[in-house]
Amino acid sequence: MAAYREFKQISPNASATAKLTNWFENRFPTAFDAYRVHMSEYYAPKNFNFWYIFGSLALLVLVIQIVTGIFLVMHYKPDAAKAFESVEYIMRDVPWGWLIRYMHSTGASAFFVVVYLHMFRGLLYGSYRKPRELVWLFGCAIFLALMAEAFMGYLLPWGQMSYWGAQVIVNLFSAIPFIGPDLSIFIRGDYVVSDATLNRFFSFHVIAVPLVLLGLVVAHLLALHDVGSNNPDGIEIKGPGKPVDEKGHPLDGVPFHPYYTVHDIFGVSIFLFVFSAIVFLAPEMGGYFLEANNFIPADSLKTPMHIAPVWYFTPFYSMLRAVTSEMMYALIACVVLGTGYGVFKAKVAGLVKGVILVAGIVVVALMLSIDAKFWGVVAMGGAVIILFFLPWLDCSPARSIRYRPSWHKWLYAVFVVVFFVLGYLGMLAPFPLGERVSQVGTLFYFGFFLLMPWWSRLGEPKPVPDRVKFVAH
Amino acid sequence: MKKILLALMMGLGLVAGVQAAGGGFPLDKAPVNVTDNVSLQRGARTFVNYCLSCHSAAYMRYNRLTDIGLTEQQIKDNLLITTDKVGETMKAAINPKEAANWFGAVPPDLTVIARSRAGNGGSGADYLYTFLRTFYVDDTKATGWNNLVFPSVAMPHVLWQLQGERKALFEEVESHGEKVHQFKGWEQISPGTQSAVEFDRTVGDLVNYLQWMGEPAQKTRVRVGIWVLMFISIFILIAWRLNASYWKDVK
Repeated sequence: MAAYREFKQISPNASATAKLTNWFENRFPTAFDAYRVHMSEYYAPKNFNFWYIFGSLALLVLVIQIVTGIFLVMHYKPDAAKAFESVEYIMRDVPWGWLIRYMHSTGASAFFVVVYLHMFRGLLYGSYRKPRELVWLFGCAIFLALMAEAFMGYLLPWGQMSYWGAQVIVNLFSAIPFIGPDLSIFIRGDYVVSDATLNRFFSFHVIAVPLVLLGLVVAHLLALHDVGSNNPDGIEIKGPGKPVDEKGHPLDGVPFHPYYTVHDIFGVSIFLFVFSAIVFLAPEMGGYFLEANNFIPADSLKTPMHIAPVWYFTPFYSMLRAVTSEMMYALIACVVLGTGYGVFKAKVAGLVKGVILVAGIVVVALMLSIDAKFWGVVAMGGAVIILFFLPWLDCSPARSIRYRPSWHKWLYAVFVVVFFVLGYLGMLAPFPLGERVSQVGTLFYFGFFLLMPWWSRLGEPKPVPDRVKFVAH
Repeated sequence: MKKILLALMMGLGLVAGVQAAGGGFPLDKAPVNVTDNVSLQRGARTFVNYCLSCHSAAYMRYNRLTDIGLTEQQIKDNLLITTDKVGETMKAAINPKEAANWFGAVPPDLTVIARSRAGNGGSGADYLYTFLRTFYVDDTKATGWNNLVFPSVAMPHVLWQLQGERKALFEEVESHGEKVHQFKGWEQISPGTQSAVEFDRTVGDLVNYLQWMGEPAQKTRVRVGIWVLMFISIFILIAWRLNASYWKDVK
């Protein structure tokens, strides 16, 4: 129960603005509290760098997507016979419709650009470490929801890539043993991608997933403001023993408003420059943001020569394709090695060793008996799911990359390169060398995370300072 | 850091096209200039006279041609063939079912054809420009025509009277132990009503029109875009100084 609040009296000589503010504050104190907690008295570390803009930008892109989405829905027809036509109608006959549509299509790619950079920032500075695990978990859930949102939205223009992309991805579910075939029919609402699929994807895209997304964003921000922001030095600015000023505010922090609001306005202006340059001058972005094939209406009888997802899914798509029956031997070898380590080397109780042994045998048996296609799906899903476990996989004594052993930087660089190579290969039609490279990349990707409890402990961390490093502007 | 930036740029697509050339016929650069209204108007006339018999442009309204400098009266007098309302979309003269019977497939809609053919070793306009200029006589095909860019295409050479009939000369080349036909050059069988240069211009104008029709708003888009970018540039300056004036107090 909210505590009783004294009605604040204000001098009759006060300005009209002050009187109006007082009137509202007496009647809606929650809003004023929220403003203080999240803006004017939310102390954020003062040493944020360039990497810290992408959270705000993600929020901005979310707003752009919602607002442009609302206007698109006013003119779009979720009907297999009319969808493609209605998009061209928006592009031609709706006043400024082309602008709204390009903002939305560019916004989709921009969303992934800023979210990938935002996540990478978390990786660099250990932003997921205790006590920020939940912030990271909510964030990973946002990423997952975003992927669902993008995937279902991509079907709506009802072009050839929309159609066959959805067909390929929904078909993946049929690789799941026993329930797969029925599950994929359940998702499509038909035996092939059809009007029924379009309608349900539309519903999910405009209502269900955005609601989940908004709820998760609120949780992400509330959890962040409860524990406070991390920073490039990976050290706390609040808490016992941390320097404070005479009012008890952290010396190494600045109030979010006005300092980070003006900071973010500056960042937003640069982002909008790039965003507008794409929207107005290169909306197709050389085929990366709007694919040429998607200007051909969906045709269930004509399979395109080469089906590739949009760029932001391609690293994961690459991992899916990397899992061939040949690759399964490498994966089985990894499971055998892992089980062997658990049984012979790990310092755990005998009972646990038994469990590890049985689990290892069962997994290998399953891997031998179920088709590689299914394990490809597992790899693709696992590549995202594994991110959720990062707070518990990373055991480095130092949070931030700045104070980890120097070779960590190289490892992260290789990780980034691998991610890009996987992404690049995912756009191409399969070829033997590419397949081999993507298999090595897949093993590296999973090795990076699964072996993190070991490698992150290795090496000598550099001395971590007590106070954040800040150079006055 | 440099690596990350480079990688980012790749991700943003600043490094050239995804779908690299798939070993198809090399494409010629189309002389596209969507600000050239005279060329667009000539292209529109060719489009209406030759393409619209079989192909539709079902998302394109006739009166949108006012954007390339024509008046509604001019459109009505010269270009309305398949309808009498200037607000109608461009529908083919032929019945789609009959077309399917004749050609084995319904001729595709051409509204966004230039956008949809991008990425085959050039822009969509390059593809169309080369495609429309590389028909050759081939008696083994049902239509009597074949094409270098799109082998065994169902469409006959609609512009043959302009270009005349040509034969393609091939030579057999060994490639990876297999004999393949490689294009050597042209042999003119009968002259067309246009010279080679005139014909290239006719097709160039037509492709220019197709490029414009794919996105009639493109001229507005670029024009508005320049202003938007100039506005944001000024805003960046203000935001930069605003930020600096707040942060100068933070020690």
